[in-house]
Amino acid sequence: MGTVNADSAVTQLEELIGGWRNYLNKRQAIHTVDVAELEDHLREQIAALSKAGLAPDEAFLVAVKRIGNLDTLSREFAREHADRLWKQLVLSSSDSAAQQSALRTDAAVAVGLAVAAAAAIKAPALFGLQLDTHAIFYAHNVALFVFPLLAGYFVWKRKLGPRLWLWPAAAFVAAAVFANAYPFKTEGSTEILSVLHAPIALWLAVGIAYAGTRWNQVAGRMDFIRFSGELFIYYVLIALGGGVLTAFMLMMFMAAGVNAEPFFESWLLPCGAMGAVVIAAWLVEAKQGVIENMAPVLARIFTPLFAAVLIVFLGTLLVTGKGIVQREVLIAFDLLLAVVLGLLLYSVSARDSNAPPNIYDVLQVVLVIAALAADAAALWAIAARTSDEFGFTPNRVAALGLNVLLLVHLAWSALLYVGFLRGKGPFARLEKQQTDYLPVYALWAAIVVIVFPPAFGFI
Amino acid sequence: MDINKDLIAASSTPMVLAILAEEDSYGYAILKRVQEASGGRMAWTDGMLYPVLHRLERLGYVKARWGTAESGRKRKYYKITAQGKTQLAEERSQWQAVDATLRGIWQGLVAVLPDVRGVSLPPPGQLLQGV
Repeated sequence: MGTVNADSAVTQLEELIGGWRNYLNKRQAIHTVDVAELEDHLREQIAALSKAGLAPDEAFLVAVKRIGNLDTLSREFAREHADRLWKQLVLSSSDSAAQQSALRTDAAVAVGLAVAAAAAIKAPALFGLQLDTHAIFYAHNVALFVFPLLAGYFVWKRKLGPRLWLWPAAAFVAAAVFANAYPFKTEGSTEILSVLHAPIALWLAVGIAYAGTRWNQVAGRMDFIRFSGELFIYYVLIALGGGVLTAFMLMMFMAAGVNAEPFFESWLLPCGAMGAVVIAAWLVEAKQGVIENMAPVLARIFTPLFAAVLIVFLGTLLVTGKGIVQREVLIAFDLLLAVVLGLLLYSVSARDSNAPPNIYDVLQVVLVIAALAADAAALWAIAARTSDEFGFTPNRVAALGLNVLLLVHLAWSALLYVGFLRGKGPFARLEKQQTDYLPVYALWAAIVVIVFPPAFGFI
Repeated sequence: MDINKDLIAASSTPMVLAILAEEDSYGYAILKRVQEASGGRMAWTDGMLYPVLHRLERLGYVKARWGTAESGRKRKYYKITAQGKTQLAEERSQWQAVDATLRGIWQGLVAVLPDVRGVSLPPPGQLLQGV
């Protein structure tokens, strides 16, 4: 009988200590190792108090009380470890051994793949295809040097079966065939279009590898959108660092009377540009949940600014009554719509879908409608001139096609957003529409790569 | 009689370093030793010792390592470093200077002060004599 009671008392005590440990683990300034140290203290104290005759639960209460107020304690820890309030990406000592070894393997695989990407872009040189003499070959294949490795990283990381990775793999093979087998007129329009659109189409293949089994869920695709935004930001940051490194390198070797420029152009730049994609992807994966997403923050800052610029622009058009006079504006308006779409997409990606509409949502709708109006003005200007000189060149069809896709996307978003503001539908509908529509762009890019060249006679 | 918070905070460094100079130790045992040496009058909040230990570790006065207690639990042990000993000597001479100054002034005041219970035990400065 005694043992049963003692056993249940021990279990109860373990439960109490477990609860206390979880509570402490939630404090940012107190790491897991510190909790372990404090737990050792707590257990020692409980043992001493029990020996003095207290029941386990009483001993627990007294011991917890003696540890002190956890808010004060947490503040003291924060004062001693100020760095802990800045979330750190580096392997921290607070992680368990298993976690640390997993993180290390992950890092090793990422670095290995980055080196492989760097090697991949130098491999054609072995067959006499130099970067400076065969620039167009590299332009066609630039995505193929690194995206398969990036997709491979996710296939490894998410342990995807062949049923899932066969699709991206097939896309990469097809892209390689279409890019290199078509008899393009050198640097003709269709060739340039193919170069520009192939990476967009292939990014979808990376997305399928990234989202894995979650590709058919809104959340999985939304994660890929978030990933893409963060990857872009990290890539730009790494590129800036690379620029500083290069500047120093060139300067120092110049001081030593050596021209390092050939090394930079044929090794550092291409290898760095490829490897950095994988490294940036690994960083985004590793820091997910550690550091706040940056893309939505930027979207929040620039949404009001872009909205203001667009409204002033529309006002100017109305006041001067001049209309849009430049002829080759379509590309510019495609870019404008793409930026507005990006702002919308990343604002949506960070919004709590259960929150009620607020002023920022209104601003978002104003931005989208202003962009639509500006684009309509541009399209009208072009349509007015179609009769005289708007021939259907590949460039114009591609620009117009993209414009229509963006226009439909934004108009549809605006409709759903207004519906949400008027309380006629949940925000989740807008989220779903955003993620559902994205493959359309990849498909369009694939059409430009695959159908355009033969349709326009490879000009 | 409880010792006020500022004094506890100010004396924590020399006290912890002195205890670690006696022998390597860990959090709970350090607190026990403080209690014992002060006759129970140094009322530290248990948890607060750990940020102090971590600060001393950062400053390089002590070194920490994880070991195993007799109970089989993981335990973090602290050991004073050469730099810590130098610091302890420095703090000790400062505290002795404060102690001597106060004594010098208080000698003339004994008659005027109200009797405070518990002043007799232990004599000031004793804590640091083990160094």
